[in-house]
Amino acid sequence: MSSLSDSAIRRLRDAADAPDLTGTKYEILGRIGQGGMGTVYRARDRELGREVALKVIRLPEASPDLATRMLREARTLAQLEHPGIVPVHDVGTSPDGRAFYAMKLVRGLPLDALPASSVAERLRIVERICEAVAFAHAHGVIHRDLKPQNVMVGPFGEVLVMDWGVAKLTSDAAATLGAPSVSSAARSGPDSPTTGHGVVLGTPGYMAPEQAAGDPTLVDARVDVYAVGAILRDLCGGGATPAGTSGGPSDVDIARPLRAIIAKAMTADPANRYQDVRSLAKDVAAFRAGDPVSAYRENVLERVQRVLSRYRTPLLLVLAYLVMRTALLLFFGR
Amino acid sequence: MGSFPATRHSVVAAIASADQATRRVAFDALVSAYWRPVYKYVRIKWRADREDAADLTQEFFARAFEKGSLGRFDPARARFRTFLRVCLDGFVANERKAASRIKRGGAVSFVALDFVAAESELSESAGHFTAGVTAASPAEDDDALFRQEWVRALFADAVTALRESCEATGKQTQFAVFERYDLDDDAGARPTYSQLAGELGIPATQVTNYLAFTRRELRRILLERLRALCASDDEFRLEARELLGMEAP
Repeated sequence: MSSLSDSAIRRLRDAADAPDLTGTKYEILGRIGQGGMGTVYRARDRELGREVALKVIRLPEASPDLATRMLREARTLAQLEHPGIVPVHDVGTSPDGRAFYAMKLVRGLPLDALPASSVAERLRIVERICEAVAFAHAHGVIHRDLKPQNVMVGPFGEVLVMDWGVAKLTSDAAATLGAPSVSSAARSGPDSPTTGHGVVLGTPGYMAPEQAAGDPTLVDARVDVYAVGAILRDLCGGGATPAGTSGGPSDVDIARPLRAIIAKAMTADPANRYQDVRSLAKDVAAFRAGDPVSAYRENVLERVQRVLSRYRTPLLLVLAYLVMRTALLLFFGR
Repeated sequence: MGSFPATRHSVVAAIASADQATRRVAFDALVSAYWRPVYKYVRIKWRADREDAADLTQEFFARAFEKGSLGRFDPARARFRTFLRVCLDGFVANERKAASRIKRGGAVSFVALDFVAAESELSESAGHFTAGVTAASPAEDDDALFRQEWVRALFADAVTALRESCEATGKQTQFAVFERYDLDDDAGARPTYSQLAGELGIPATQVTNYLAFTRRELRRILLERLRALCASDDEFRLEARELLGMEAP
């Protein structure tokens, strides 16, 4: 046969990896991308006549362990019904034995591909991430791989936290989902439903030091606080931080209170970090509203500047009133 | 294609076999999978002319078989593909240094190597891989070039095997669906399932079934061949993951 072009090879590669969905209600429309353990396709649900995202285990790795992990991810997501978390519609196994789940097809852009926007808009996105993550934490689920690529922003400003494939479950959440908790892990490995010592899951630059250390017993909800801090740093234009270190932003253009928020979220010692994402969100919202933040002790001058800035409109109105009043008094008092 | 053993055992392991016949079959399979990337690599990287590249390709495999040099591969140190490429570089460099050369490709002959067809492929796809590749390219570029040609040959062989298998079992329509939908180089002209069904006079549901069948077969052939060309399960998993789209960590 004649030589295959590079594009033909890419298509053949996609074809060879495409799941066999005969007998299911799904029809593959195209490939969206790849996650930690599977390939995500745009597919059509023929019964409901809607498009969905189908996450399917890659073939060379279609092991029972991975299928368990995929099912666990789907169950985790199904428990987390929140506008900021992508909803799961269905789970199944293709005729060629590959586990898959169908979820809402999110149209939008990952956070790292968003066009430039105002600081206030970016802070609002961080607050929404915090809301979704706080909801997950309240249900015993720690994401462990929050990063800009795992946050999608829709055309109407909706913010969705994606890719919960390496999420850690607390024992209560694990019991609900029928999966073993981390503390009761019998075996370890990146494909295992739980994670043991020495296995590092996460992304450098967004991973808290205790997570980078590879000891799952040290990992709690505060690793997500660190990661959200790193996302906030990125959105504010701060430089990247080496994995496993405290990550204060280096950019001097970032307002001091905001810098302090990022620094507190990314402190190496989790005891000195925000203890939950709600506290972090509260500080971010306070900064956005022009209120004092818990992470930063301002001096008198800064407080005056902030109050002047925060209440600029009413103060200007009062000032204008006083000027007019004085002028009138002077005019009629003569 | 007939030289490829219908087995999942590693031909890389078999080339070190003490049994001459086993070693010969394994070597034929290896030559079958690698001669095209080797020829094209010598043409591009070493800027050899057609005749010289063909001679060097034949001599490289003949010498490797006689000396058993490829049997000394250590899976702990590198992938077989990288090892073979490094051996090839060493061989060509030595040949270039030699003041006088004996006639190449004399004593041992392998599966038929169609250098005319390989040359034609090289001309067809010249734009794909020559950009940025020079004789002074760093090792990563060399490895990327060799890998690219190896993948091209692997897929081309798998498609040929799929077509032969479909023809032998009366599944020409299945292959025609695959050819039109997945193989046609004009991606913009890719038909819809219903267009394809109308074109071939089959129900639209059959398009789904035929595509599933041919893709499954293609995958099976690819993975089978890949398994045979890897020295270990780990190497196989790594290559398979890369081949099917995911870069190795």
